[in-house]
Amino acid sequence: MSGPSPGRVLVTGASGMLGGAVADLLAARGWEVTVMQRRPSGGRHRELLGDIRDADAVYRAVTGQDAVVHLAAKVDVVGAWRDFVDINVRGTRRVIEGLRAQGGGRLVQVSSPSVAHTGRSLIGAGAGPATPMRARGHYARTKAAAELFALEADSDALPTTAVRPHLVWGPGDTQLVGRIAERARQGRLALVGTGTALVDTTYVDNAASALVAALERIDVARGQALVVTNGEPRPIGELVGDICRAVGAPAPRLHLPTPLAWGLGAAVEGATALSGRVPGVPTITQPPMTRFLAEQLSTAHWFDQRRTREVLDWRPTVTIDEGLSRL
Amino acid sequence: MPTPARTPRLSAHDRARRSAHDQVGLPGTAFPGVDPRWSRVVLAPDADGMTRRWHVLDNGPLLEAAGTPVRGTVLAVHGNPTWSYLWRRVLEQAPPGWRVVAVDQLGMGWSERPGRPRTLAQRVDDLGGLTDALGLTGPVVALVHDWGGPVGLGWALAHRDDLAAVVLTNTAVHQPVEHAAPAVIRLARAPMLLARVCRTTPAFVRATTALSRPALPRDVRDAFAAPYASARRRDAVADFVRDIPFEDDHPSRPALDAVAEGVRGLDVPALLVWGPRDPVFSQRYLEDLVQRLPHADVHVCPTASHLVLEDSPEAVGTVWEWAQQHVPGPGEGAGGTRDDRSSPRREATGDRDGSPRPAGVATVPVRVDRSRPDETAVVELGGAQPRRVTFGELGERVEAVARGLAGRGVRPGDRVAVLVPPGIDLTTVVYAVWRLGAVVVIADAGLGLGRLGAALRGAGPRHVVGVAPALAPAAPTRVPGQRIRVDGAGTALAGLAAEGARSDGPLPEGLDEDADGAVLFTSGATGPPKGVVYTRRALGAQVALLRDTFGFGPGERFVAAFAPFALYGPALGLPSAVPDMDVTAPHTLTAAALARAVEAVGASMVFAAPAALRNVVATAGSLTAAEREVLARPRLVLSAGAPVPTDLLHEVRAVLPGAQTQTPYGMTEALPVATHDPTAPGPAAGPGAGTDGEHPGAGVCVGRPVPGVEVGIAVLDPLGVPAEDLQTAPGVAGEIVVRGPHVKDRYDRRWGAQQRSARPAGWHRTGDVGSLDDQGRLWVEGRLAHVVTTPAGPVTPYPVEERVRRLDGVADVAVVGVGPAGTQLVVLVLVPTERGGPLARATGAPHGSAALAAPELAARARAAAGVPVAAVLVREWLPVDVRHASKVDRTALAGWAEGVLHGGRRRRRGGAPRTRSR
Repeated sequence: MSGPSPGRVLVTGASGMLGGAVADLLAARGWEVTVMQRRPSGGRHRELLGDIRDADAVYRAVTGQDAVVHLAAKVDVVGAWRDFVDINVRGTRRVIEGLRAQGGGRLVQVSSPSVAHTGRSLIGAGAGPATPMRARGHYARTKAAAELFALEADSDALPTTAVRPHLVWGPGDTQLVGRIAERARQGRLALVGTGTALVDTTYVDNAASALVAALERIDVARGQALVVTNGEPRPIGELVGDICRAVGAPAPRLHLPTPLAWGLGAAVEGATALSGRVPGVPTITQPPMTRFLAEQLSTAHWFDQRRTREVLDWRPTVTIDEGLSRL
Repeated sequence: MPTPARTPRLSAHDRARRSAHDQVGLPGTAFPGVDPRWSRVVLAPDADGMTRRWHVLDNGPLLEAAGTPVRGTVLAVHGNPTWSYLWRRVLEQAPPGWRVVAVDQLGMGWSERPGRPRTLAQRVDDLGGLTDALGLTGPVVALVHDWGGPVGLGWALAHRDDLAAVVLTNTAVHQPVEHAAPAVIRLARAPMLLARVCRTTPAFVRATTALSRPALPRDVRDAFAAPYASARRRDAVADFVRDIPFEDDHPSRPALDAVAEGVRGLDVPALLVWGPRDPVFSQRYLEDLVQRLPHADVHVCPTASHLVLEDSPEAVGTVWEWAQQHVPGPGEGAGGTRDDRSSPRREATGDRDGSPRPAGVATVPVRVDRSRPDETAVVELGGAQPRRVTFGELGERVEAVARGLAGRGVRPGDRVAVLVPPGIDLTTVVYAVWRLGAVVVIADAGLGLGRLGAALRGAGPRHVVGVAPALAPAAPTRVPGQRIRVDGAGTALAGLAAEGARSDGPLPEGLDEDADGAVLFTSGATGPPKGVVYTRRALGAQVALLRDTFGFGPGERFVAAFAPFALYGPALGLPSAVPDMDVTAPHTLTAAALARAVEAVGASMVFAAPAALRNVVATAGSLTAAEREVLARPRLVLSAGAPVPTDLLHEVRAVLPGAQTQTPYGMTEALPVATHDPTAPGPAAGPGAGTDGEHPGAGVCVGRPVPGVEVGIAVLDPLGVPAEDLQTAPGVAGEIVVRGPHVKDRYDRRWGAQQRSARPAGWHRTGDVGSLDDQGRLWVEGRLAHVVTTPAGPVTPYPVEERVRRLDGVADVAVVGVGPAGTQLVVLVLVPTERGGPLARATGAPHGSAALAAPELAARARAAAGVPVAAVLVREWLPVDVRHASKVDRTALAGWAEGVLHGGRRRRRGGAPRTRSR
């Protein structure tokens, strides 16, 4: 076991795939784990029910903890701006305030490479600074603001780091793998553009071990943002095809030209904004396409992992091929 | 000069100019790349004793504030119409202890507008007044550009005690009356135009910064034009143009002539940094300076135009590297680097590395061996009738042509460009040039006209010998030198030989074997062609190495379908036959033509490029039984110029069953380095081939270094940069570095490239990567430029390619890297055996996602690669470089892969033209 002797750690948002994996790994490494989420998860960790929007609940959960791994966030591609702000920005501030109120503790803020993504290709990119004003979409903008607050809070008493896992996937993943599989089975899966753009992804176990490494090496990692990936960029079309094959779904046959996808995304976003407000327009919760998604799926985005690996003294342990075989 | 009491000279008109038009000193605006702390205004008396306000960029005060003692000073003088902004990078990159004073000449930049035109003589004195006021003392390096050249050099000649070196960039000191002035300047000086072009409008000011290709950034162009914003601020721009003495009776003519003659006596180290695309200071001016400063080092930046340090900013680093080498630091003693300067007939000796050459090495003099005068020397099978010449005839013809050339003014040490197709005539001319102690300049027509012209022009030949069709293109490509046509009537060269036969002047004897013998050119697959200078001794050593390595013995004869080696037959006394083919297009050699050539001399050896052998194999089906029998006779096939696939050599052995197939490894700068017969039992490729378990992932075996040649390995760091130190431990991969008696003397006029390649001194960095095995064999793993710098370390292409190429369904493969250095990804580009549709076949590259290999093939390729692979792409064919038509153009391929994998429509600019094959 590396790093300091483990202590008590709070994991927020542990009902998700990554949060659950982090909680399990921390427990396996001897940490005393408490998880916090809105609904009972039936997990094997000490559990506090509470909403990240509830300041009292957050303070109660944080109090007495040596560290927090903060994953709770609103990750949808649609939704009201104020909800994103309340959960992603204010939620992070509540965690920081809770730690401050009890005199400190370590904080690993789980962020996203999209906080620095302005829509252009990212080719061997480092972890650029988060840019709330330029990031694309409510999620990325609010996560960018949250990351800036977290890193600003970094101090000797409250050592803080921000880790940005990119496109996390794995067994039980309802986001990437789940949606691809579902659409493919419905015959509605389309590749945006040529499907040749190189995209980095992160297998869930690797993302979890990187977050744990960040927590345990916070003396080195503090005060900065680190992108975490498998370090195995693949053409998006190949990756999607591999996932389909791994889950026994038909491979995508449709190709959506990038400009068309972008236009479609704009239209869908407009419809989504209207949905629920205008009588007759159905409520959209999972739009098939947004401009952000169109960009994410048609432009290359992969990252330089040298600094992350050096700072965290960490390597991915599960390759993409191994990960696919576990789906 | 004595200064009489002055009467006020300012006219009413002049006085009116004061105010906005006479701003002195940098305005408040920021100029990109300029540290405002460099800027200062200095008061100094001008040539006439009148105090003037100068603006200079000077890092001296910063050095003084930091308490750094000054080790040397660069005095930088701009031309017209620029200003000290031109030298900002020189200031920025100044090594510790170096002061840079970049002046704005009076009337120019942000210095005072003196109100009257200043002559050259005045400007030289003006500058002296300024340096006195600054208290500038030695060692000083004068750095000049454009018409700042005569001014700065005039200053240099007047300050010899302080002068340590001169650096000249696209300038001139001599404007012969009989020569046309640069067209641009002539145009600007036309009386009607002068005022308009130079003064009334900013046309001239703007034109100067518009010469660069690619264009300079807009903010830089604006910075150059900033001090010349109004017509009155441009007065001096027009005056400067007017002051160029094109006429004999021009007032500044004596001053310019004095500088031009004075420069001949400058014995301080000199560096000429030159942009050859300059429409004003063309090649002619470089040749003039080289001839005045024969000891000068020359650094040509092949893509640069007039503003050479703008177009090739990396040359600033070269200037500093040179200055630090040539200006001794405190306590190092002055002039320590000058004592190895040699005779003025030898051009640019300064860029030799000065290392001792191995002594006592066997050499074969580069002259016709006439010990068996009646034996056939060369047979040429191209024409209707075979043409034959004996060694005796060839020797006599060489003597006669040499006398003929001498009669036309060719002197020892002169560079002679030879534009003659391979064959008896080429052989004759080349040996005649060598007989005179002159230097042959030979470029391969395969370079293409544009690059051929650039290559020859860059070598600055004093004479061009050629047949009319070859000379014709030399004119538009502006190759300098006297033209000597050799195909008047009937047989080429006969006229020249007849002239020589009538002359009885003595030919030179006792030629200096360490003098230059030849300038050849690199293929330029990875950049513009570079001239490579061989000494006569190195040429002789190359002949001897070839003889000893391949056992050329008495009674042997060869077919010369590979030009470089073909020339050496006469020196070795070996008869040779030139087959009926276009020797500049190797793939035109047919099996039948080869058989006729073998029969013509009874050849025991065949020298041919891989492309020629490929066509021989392809056309072998039409051979008659008799021709097949003839082709069974040669004992050796020698193929060089590009990597030769082993499969091809096996096919060659089927056509020439009696022959061993040797593939010498080497490059223009050093050939041969090693040799190998891939068809012989033993290792052909890495362990995957099942032949060599001790040397895993090894690439292509090129054999053991030939006797007399040493090989060292410079290990690569994680960014793919080779180490300075060499090692020979087996199994360690790095850049291949070689030493031997036949290695190039230097790159021609590329001081910077020579510095980088000759490390350690006397060695040559090949740009190839590879390793030695425990049996001393050398394995080549690719080009240094094509090493993929992954986060896990450098990945060399050949070993990966070898492993993937063996897969079923893969016809060819190339490894390329995408992404930023140090974190690159490996990409495999496959040519599947199953071809795509007609569109894909035409373009090579399938559209869209069709570029991704099928999942099954991708999986097998990834598994076989042995390194992590980001993507497996497919193409119909791989682009190859134009010269050899056999090396995969990985640079072009990487650009394509980047476009596919990173989206966007980024087009790569420039680069070698691409041809398809395979």
